[in-house]
Amino acid sequence: MRQFVQQLVNGTVLGATYGLIALGYTMVYGIIQLINFAHGEIFMVGAFGGLTVYRYWLPEAWADKVWVALPAVLVGAIAVSVGTAVLMERLAYRPLRNAPRLAPLITAIGVSIFLQEAVRLFYPDGKRQQSFPQLISSGTFEVAGVTVAWVSVFVVVVALALMVALQVFVKTTRTGKAMRATSQDPESAKLMGIDVDRVIVITFVLGAALAAVAGVMQGMRFAQIDFRIGFLVGLKAFTAAVLGGIGNLKGAVLGGFLLGIVEALATQYVPQGSSWKDVWAFVVLIAVLVIRPGGLLGERVAVRA
Amino acid sequence: MPESARRHWRRSAVVLLPLLLAAACGGGDEEETGGGASGQATKVVKIGVIAPLSGDLTATGTGIRNSVDLAIRQANEKNKVPGWRIELAAEDDAAKPDVGAAAASKLSSDAAVVGVVGTYNSSVALQVAPLLERANIVQISPANTNDTLTRGQNPATPDRAYKNYFRTATLDSLQGGFAADYASNEIKAKTVAIIHDKKAYGQGLADSFRGRFEKNGGKVVATETINPGDKDFSAVLSKIKPLNPELIFYGGEYPEASLISNQAKGPQAMRVPLMGGDGIVDPTYGKTAGTASNGDFGTSVGAPPESLDSAKQFIADYKAAGFRDSYSAYGALAYDAANAIINTLPTALGSATAVDDSVRRKVVEAVGKVDFGGASGKVAFDQYGDTVTKTLTMYKVESAEFKPVKTGEFKA
Repeated sequence: MRQFVQQLVNGTVLGATYGLIALGYTMVYGIIQLINFAHGEIFMVGAFGGLTVYRYWLPEAWADKVWVALPAVLVGAIAVSVGTAVLMERLAYRPLRNAPRLAPLITAIGVSIFLQEAVRLFYPDGKRQQSFPQLISSGTFEVAGVTVAWVSVFVVVVALALMVALQVFVKTTRTGKAMRATSQDPESAKLMGIDVDRVIVITFVLGAALAAVAGVMQGMRFAQIDFRIGFLVGLKAFTAAVLGGIGNLKGAVLGGFLLGIVEALATQYVPQGSSWKDVWAFVVLIAVLVIRPGGLLGERVAVRA
Repeated sequence: MPESARRHWRRSAVVLLPLLLAAACGGGDEEETGGGASGQATKVVKIGVIAPLSGDLTATGTGIRNSVDLAIRQANEKNKVPGWRIELAAEDDAAKPDVGAAAASKLSSDAAVVGVVGTYNSSVALQVAPLLERANIVQISPANTNDTLTRGQNPATPDRAYKNYFRTATLDSLQGGFAADYASNEIKAKTVAIIHDKKAYGQGLADSFRGRFEKNGGKVVATETINPGDKDFSAVLSKIKPLNPELIFYGGEYPEASLISNQAKGPQAMRVPLMGGDGIVDPTYGKTAGTASNGDFGTSVGAPPESLDSAKQFIADYKAAGFRDSYSAYGALAYDAANAIINTLPTALGSATAVDDSVRRKVVEAVGKVDFGGASGKVAFDQYGDTVTKTLTMYKVESAEFKPVKTGEFKA
């Protein structure tokens, strides 16, 4: 039982990262039906942005003051991720807005490779793993025999807070309403006076900001990052989004946590589980899609003109 | 500009931009190759390197490439092979068997190549060795430790697998055994959990460790496998933790090992040292695992370079040559491998006007008979192509750096 709870904790922490990134996939898909395969790389450049601020811009006197260093690193990460995402949307996706759907998809894969290689080639010593500052102590505490790291608490709390904030934003604000309208029917939204281009940019910005936070979290948890961290995590987050029902915000969060927990439990309870955990993650995905093709909470398909 | 034309231009710009950038960066990796052009010697003979020059294992691969480069520069300066200029032909294998195979094909099709130093990964060597054998190109690995490369599939009846293949590194069976003896006799560990990455090297090392450790009376409480490239090992560590192993033995390389060490001691609060093979003994390990790595162990082949007089000259020369990167764990062994090839060249090339098949055959034969004092110790090969030097060293991490604690030979 204790082992079960321990693995639930491990899975929840892992799932929080998946969920945050999955939100970016699902929002972009909800608005323009694009599977933005470069989103994992937005997560990666975010982590590098945070590292850059810490390593090169933060005065040494402040480097170990977590209340200064952490916000600075987060701001740096978000700035880089958002900047990259806006450029990506403007240069790579917007010109292809009315092209056949395959064109932007392939472009997304190209952007993904481009960003990976750019970091590898141009970041100082970018070919190597970079050690990432552990801003929050790596200490742990025990609850009924279950070991929890403080950084894990931070990861889950921040992730949940951001997920709730996003939900409130989309449900209550004027911009959120515009996003929902665009998602339902871009043509009619335009006729109602909604600036669709602006809404799309905002969608990319929100997704990128969440991915940047996830990037910093991953860096702090593992104390290292490299130019390829975005690929596998991006793939898993995409899976999480599909699992929950792509286009559905709550679905992305649910899918993220579910995927993380399945991986942790498979490691514990399936023989050779630690190397087969990805297989089990996809087995769950296929099983869900067979029973509910739209994902757990249902896909939100926009009615296109 | 009409709307359609402008859009067309814009669209092509989007497509062309990455291409242009890629073209601009192309060749950025090629540092100075086979320098030290010596006078009028115009005939060119090439020594290839196949090692990971990109990806997680770049640190080690670059050390190998640079050390071979150093041996070649010195040979050219001293005019060791009169009338010939030696050039370096370094290929990246990205630590992947298929990329390594492509590199091997490329090098075998280059008529001037007589020998190859590499690979780093045993799994890559399993693809590379047969391709080079077909072209009669000698291959000397400074780092492969998987037993089957020289002794074939069945350990009971060793049978040489590739006649062109030699190595300056010692075998997994020796290294795993050496590690197991240290765990039983020095650390006095009774129970151990084994994790490996399923690659030829990781699994081979883990198996030989297990065999010896159980023979010593120890108990393996868990065997887990992970995927190379994974980052989050919390689940697998949580599974091991309640079994209370006194040691975690990891078969694999430093990128995953440093994460496992860090996560075991940090988020999982396990007070258990990690032990690994030469794959984890790299400066990057301490840097990325941080203080969590203190007290971890790693075995490596040969005596520590810093302790050998013969290696001190190599280290001084390496520093003087001005390479940006460290010579890493295999520098001295790669340097010796390159010199083993270079030493055979004056005779093998003889009066030849160009490298041809007969030259390549002569080099393969001559490498089997070399016997000289290299940077890492005596360089000579047995009938399987294995080095006759069986020295191994156990390192322990202190202040995030590997420090030698015991050097010796493994006795089966």
